Amino acid sequence: MTQGSDSIHTDIRLDSKLESVDRGEELVLEAARGIGFDEDELHRIGIAVRESLVNAVTHGNRFHGRKKVHLRVLISPEQMTVEISDEGTGFTQAAVPDPLSSENLLKHSGRGLLMMQAFMDEFSVLPRDAEGTLIRMVKKRHPG
Amino acid sequence: MSMTLTTRQVGDVTVIDANGRITLGEGSTAFREKIRELSASGNKKVLLNLAEVNYIDSSGIGELVSGFTTVTNQGGSFKLLNLTKRVVDLLQITKLYTVFEVFDDEAAAIRSFN
Repeated sequence: MTQGSDSIHTDIRLDSKLESVDRGEELVLEAARGIGFDEDELHRIGIAVRESLVNAVTHGNRFHGRKKVHLRVLISPEQMTVEISDEGTGFTQAAVPDPLSSENLLKHSGRGLLMMQAFMDEFSVLPRDAEGTLIRMVKKRHPG
Repeated sequence: MSMTLTTRQVGDVTVIDANGRITLGEGSTAFREKIRELSASGNKKVLLNLAEVNYIDSSGIGELVSGFTTVTNQGGSFKLLNLTKRVVDLLQITKLYTVFEVFDDEAAAIRSFN
Protein backbone atom coordinates (compact mmCIF):
# COMPACT_ATOMS: atom_id res chain seq x y z
CA MET A 1 0.00 0.00 0.00
CA THR A 2 1.13 3.55 -0.55
CA GLN A 3 1.73 5.64 2.52
CA GLY A 4 1.00 9.26 3.30
CA SER A 5 4.70 10.15 3.30
CA ASP A 6 5.21 9.01 -0.31
CA SER A 7 6.11 11.77 -2.75
CA ILE A 8 5.42 11.77 -6.46
CA HIS A 9 8.59 11.27 -8.51
CA THR A 10 6.89 10.73 -11.88
CA ASP A 11 3.38 11.31 -13.17
CA ILE A 12 3.34 11.09 -16.93
CA ARG A 13 1.19 9.95 -19.85
CA LEU A 14 3.09 7.99 -22.47
CA ASP A 15 2.17 7.23 -26.08
CA SER A 16 1.24 3.65 -26.88
CA LYS A 17 4.56 2.87 -28.58
CA LEU A 18 7.42 0.55 -27.77
CA GLU A 19 9.70 3.58 -27.38
CA SER A 20 7.60 4.53 -24.35
CA VAL A 21 8.64 1.29 -22.67
CA ASP A 22 12.31 2.32 -22.66
CA ARG A 23 11.44 5.83 -21.48
CA GLY A 24 9.18 4.57 -18.70
CA GLU A 25 11.74 2.03 -17.52
CA GLU A 26 14.42 4.75 -17.39
CA LEU A 27 12.18 7.08 -15.34
CA VAL A 28 11.43 4.34 -12.81
CA LEU A 29 15.09 3.32 -12.57
CA GLU A 30 16.06 6.95 -11.99
CA ALA A 31 13.63 7.05 -9.05
CA ALA A 32 14.88 3.70 -7.75
CA ARG A 33 18.52 4.78 -7.92
CA GLY A 34 17.64 7.95 -6.06
CA ILE A 35 16.43 6.04 -3.02
CA GLY A 36 19.35 3.64 -3.01
CA PHE A 37 18.31 0.32 -4.57
CA ASP A 38 21.37 -1.75 -5.53
CA GLU A 39 22.20 -2.95 -9.06
CA ASP A 40 20.53 -6.36 -8.68
CA GLU A 41 17.34 -4.76 -7.36
CA LEU A 42 17.43 -2.20 -10.17
CA HIS A 43 17.58 -5.07 -12.65
CA ARG A 44 14.53 -6.74 -11.10
CA ILE A 45 12.60 -3.47 -10.92
CA GLY A 46 13.51 -2.67 -14.53
CA ILE A 47 12.23 -6.01 -15.80
CA ALA A 48 8.98 -5.84 -13.79
CA VAL A 49 8.26 -2.31 -15.02
CA ARG A 50 9.20 -3.19 -18.58
CA GLU A 51 6.82 -6.18 -18.59
CA SER A 52 3.98 -4.06 -17.26
CA LEU A 53 4.59 -1.25 -19.77
CA VAL A 54 4.82 -3.71 -22.66
CA ASN A 55 1.49 -5.23 -21.61
CA ALA A 56 -0.12 -1.79 -21.36
CA VAL A 57 1.12 -0.73 -24.81
CA THR A 58 0.54 -4.02 -26.65
CA HIS A 59 -2.33 -5.89 -24.92
CA GLY A 60 -4.06 -2.95 -23.20
CA ASN A 61 -3.93 -0.07 -25.66
CA ARG A 62 -2.98 -2.23 -28.66
CA PHE A 63 -0.67 0.55 -29.96
CA HIS A 64 -3.72 2.84 -30.35
CA GLY A 65 -2.62 6.30 -31.43
CA ARG A 66 -4.96 8.19 -29.07
CA LYS A 67 -4.72 5.92 -26.03
CA LYS A 68 -2.14 6.67 -23.37
CA VAL A 69 -0.27 4.69 -20.77
CA HIS A 70 -0.24 6.45 -17.39
CA LEU A 71 2.89 5.96 -15.32
CA ARG A 72 3.07 7.15 -11.73
CA VAL A 73 6.02 6.60 -9.43
CA LEU A 74 5.75 7.33 -5.71
CA ILE A 75 8.78 7.20 -3.49
CA SER A 76 9.59 7.27 0.19
CA PRO A 77 12.81 6.36 1.98
CA GLU A 78 11.38 2.87 2.61
CA GLN A 79 9.80 1.92 -0.70
CA MET A 80 8.86 2.73 -4.25
CA THR A 81 5.37 2.32 -5.68
CA VAL A 82 4.90 2.07 -9.44
CA GLU A 83 1.45 2.41 -10.98
CA ILE A 84 0.92 1.68 -14.66
CA SER A 85 -2.48 1.96 -16.26
CA ASP A 86 -3.82 1.62 -19.76
CA GLU A 87 -7.06 2.48 -21.54
CA GLY A 88 -7.82 -0.99 -22.86
CA THR A 89 -10.66 -3.37 -22.16
CA GLY A 90 -9.11 -4.82 -19.01
CA PHE A 91 -8.38 -8.44 -18.16
CA THR A 92 -9.07 -11.01 -15.48
CA GLN A 93 -5.92 -12.19 -13.79
CA ALA A 94 -7.45 -15.56 -12.96
CA ALA A 95 -8.07 -16.19 -16.67
CA VAL A 96 -4.38 -15.88 -17.54
CA PRO A 97 -2.90 -19.37 -18.13
CA ASP A 98 -0.30 -20.48 -15.60
CA PRO A 99 3.07 -20.25 -17.40
CA LEU A 100 4.59 -22.76 -14.97
CA SER A 101 2.22 -25.60 -15.75
CA SER A 102 3.72 -28.34 -17.91
CA GLU A 103 1.39 -27.68 -20.86
CA ASN A 104 2.43 -24.00 -20.97
CA LEU A 105 6.12 -24.29 -20.13
CA LEU A 106 7.26 -24.23 -23.76
CA LYS A 107 4.84 -21.56 -24.94
CA HIS A 108 6.34 -18.50 -26.52
CA SER A 109 4.57 -15.94 -24.34
CA GLY A 110 2.63 -15.52 -21.11
CA ARG A 111 5.42 -15.01 -18.54
CA GLY A 112 5.13 -11.24 -17.99
CA LEU A 113 2.82 -11.28 -14.97
CA LEU A 114 4.91 -14.03 -13.37
CA MET A 115 8.06 -11.91 -13.72
CA MET A 116 6.36 -8.82 -12.25
CA GLN A 117 5.16 -10.81 -9.25
CA ALA A 118 8.52 -12.50 -8.76
CA PHE A 119 10.57 -9.32 -8.89
CA MET A 120 8.43 -6.93 -6.83
CA ASP A 121 7.36 -7.18 -3.18
CA GLU A 122 3.72 -6.35 -3.83
CA PHE A 123 1.73 -6.73 -7.01
CA SER A 124 -1.93 -6.00 -7.63
CA VAL A 125 -4.30 -5.60 -10.54
CA LEU A 126 -6.86 -2.95 -9.70
CA PRO A 127 -10.15 -2.21 -11.45
CA ARG A 128 -10.47 1.26 -12.91
CA ASP A 129 -13.66 3.33 -12.83
CA ALA A 130 -13.81 3.93 -16.56
CA GLU A 131 -11.85 1.36 -18.52
CA GLY A 132 -8.51 -0.36 -18.66
CA THR A 133 -6.22 -1.91 -16.11
CA LEU A 134 -4.16 -0.42 -13.32
CA ILE A 135 -1.15 -2.40 -12.14
CA ARG A 136 0.34 -1.37 -8.82
CA MET A 137 3.73 -2.72 -7.80
CA VAL A 138 5.70 -1.97 -4.66
CA LYS A 139 9.40 -2.56 -4.05
CA LYS A 140 10.66 -2.18 -0.50
CA ARG A 141 14.13 -1.21 0.51
CA HIS A 142 15.83 -3.77 2.64
CA PRO A 143 18.59 -1.88 4.48
CA GLY A 144 21.93 -3.61 4.84
CA MET B 1 21.07 -1.19 -25.79
CA SER B 2 20.92 -3.14 -29.05
CA MET B 3 22.11 -6.69 -29.37
CA THR B 4 24.63 -8.36 -31.64
CA LEU B 5 24.78 -12.02 -32.59
CA THR B 6 27.95 -13.53 -33.99
CA THR B 7 28.15 -17.12 -35.12
CA ARG B 8 31.20 -19.36 -35.32
CA GLN B 9 31.65 -23.00 -36.14
CA VAL B 10 33.40 -25.37 -33.71
CA GLY B 11 33.45 -28.71 -35.49
CA ASP B 12 29.83 -29.41 -36.36
CA VAL B 13 28.48 -27.19 -33.57
CA THR B 14 27.31 -23.66 -34.35
CA VAL B 15 28.09 -21.32 -31.48
CA ILE B 16 26.11 -18.09 -31.28
CA ASP B 17 27.84 -15.40 -29.22
CA ALA B 18 25.16 -12.96 -28.06
CA ASN B 19 25.94 -9.51 -26.72
CA GLY B 20 23.44 -7.01 -25.36
CA ARG B 21 19.80 -7.23 -24.34
CA ILE B 22 17.28 -9.73 -25.66
CA THR B 23 14.07 -7.75 -25.32
CA LEU B 24 10.88 -7.11 -27.27
CA GLY B 25 11.78 -5.39 -30.54
CA GLU B 26 15.13 -5.51 -32.27
CA GLY B 27 16.85 -7.88 -29.85
CA SER B 28 14.28 -10.65 -29.94
CA THR B 29 13.65 -10.22 -33.69
CA ALA B 30 17.37 -10.53 -34.45
CA PHE B 31 17.56 -13.68 -32.37
CA ARG B 32 14.49 -15.23 -34.05
CA GLU B 33 15.90 -14.51 -37.51
CA LYS B 34 19.27 -16.01 -36.61
CA ILE B 35 17.64 -19.24 -35.43
CA ARG B 36 15.51 -19.41 -38.60
CA GLU B 37 18.59 -18.85 -40.74
CA LEU B 38 20.56 -21.60 -38.96
CA SER B 39 17.63 -23.96 -39.11
CA ALA B 40 17.07 -23.36 -42.81
CA SER B 41 20.70 -24.12 -43.53
CA GLY B 42 20.52 -27.42 -41.66
CA ASN B 43 22.44 -26.55 -38.47
CA LYS B 44 21.24 -29.04 -35.91
CA LYS B 45 23.73 -28.45 -33.11
CA VAL B 46 23.35 -24.96 -31.68
CA LEU B 47 25.11 -23.56 -28.61
CA LEU B 48 23.99 -20.12 -27.44
CA ASN B 49 26.67 -18.25 -25.50
CA LEU B 50 24.96 -15.75 -23.16
CA ALA B 51 28.10 -14.58 -21.32
CA GLU B 52 27.55 -10.99 -22.48
CA VAL B 53 23.79 -10.93 -21.98
CA ASN B 54 22.62 -9.45 -18.71
CA TYR B 55 19.07 -8.58 -19.57
CA ILE B 56 16.33 -10.72 -21.06
CA ASP B 57 12.64 -9.84 -20.82
CA SER B 58 9.70 -12.23 -21.24
CA SER B 59 9.78 -11.70 -24.99
CA GLY B 60 13.45 -12.70 -25.04
CA ILE B 61 12.69 -15.74 -22.88
CA GLY B 62 9.99 -16.61 -25.41
CA GLU B 63 12.56 -16.45 -28.20
CA LEU B 64 14.92 -18.78 -26.31
CA VAL B 65 12.06 -21.25 -25.92
CA SER B 66 11.14 -20.93 -29.60
CA GLY B 67 14.78 -21.44 -30.57
CA PHE B 68 14.86 -24.57 -28.43
CA THR B 69 11.65 -26.00 -29.92
CA THR B 70 12.58 -25.08 -33.51
CA VAL B 71 15.93 -26.85 -33.32
CA THR B 72 14.74 -29.87 -31.33
CA ASN B 73 11.69 -30.36 -33.57
CA GLN B 74 14.12 -30.79 -36.44
CA GLY B 75 15.97 -33.48 -34.54
CA GLY B 76 18.72 -31.16 -33.31
CA SER B 77 19.99 -29.87 -29.96
CA PHE B 78 19.90 -26.34 -28.60
CA LYS B 79 22.00 -25.69 -25.49
CA LEU B 80 23.00 -22.69 -23.40
CA LEU B 81 26.49 -21.58 -22.33
CA ASN B 82 27.82 -19.13 -19.72
CA LEU B 83 24.65 -17.82 -18.15
CA THR B 84 24.98 -14.73 -15.97
CA LYS B 85 23.45 -14.87 -12.48
CA ARG B 86 20.61 -12.65 -13.64
CA VAL B 87 19.73 -14.93 -16.54
CA VAL B 88 19.91 -17.98 -14.25
CA ASP B 89 17.48 -16.15 -11.96
CA LEU B 90 15.05 -15.63 -14.83
CA LEU B 91 15.24 -19.23 -16.00
CA GLN B 92 14.66 -20.47 -12.46
CA ILE B 93 11.64 -18.22 -11.94
CA THR B 94 10.12 -19.39 -15.22
CA LYS B 95 11.00 -23.07 -14.48
CA LEU B 96 12.99 -23.21 -17.72
CA TYR B 97 16.32 -23.92 -16.05
CA THR B 98 15.52 -27.62 -16.13
CA VAL B 99 14.32 -27.51 -19.74
CA PHE B 100 17.58 -26.22 -21.21
CA GLU B 101 20.89 -28.01 -20.99
CA VAL B 102 23.21 -25.42 -19.47
CA PHE B 103 27.04 -25.33 -19.44
CA ASP B 104 29.71 -23.12 -17.89
CA ASP B 105 32.54 -24.60 -19.95
CA GLU B 106 32.56 -24.29 -23.73
CA ALA B 107 34.71 -27.36 -24.40
CA ALA B 108 32.43 -29.53 -22.25
CA ALA B 109 29.39 -28.07 -24.00
CA ILE B 110 30.85 -28.86 -27.44
CA ARG B 111 31.72 -32.42 -26.37
CA SER B 112 28.16 -32.97 -25.09
CA PHE B 113 26.76 -32.72 -28.63
CA ASN B 114 28.55 -35.88 -29.71
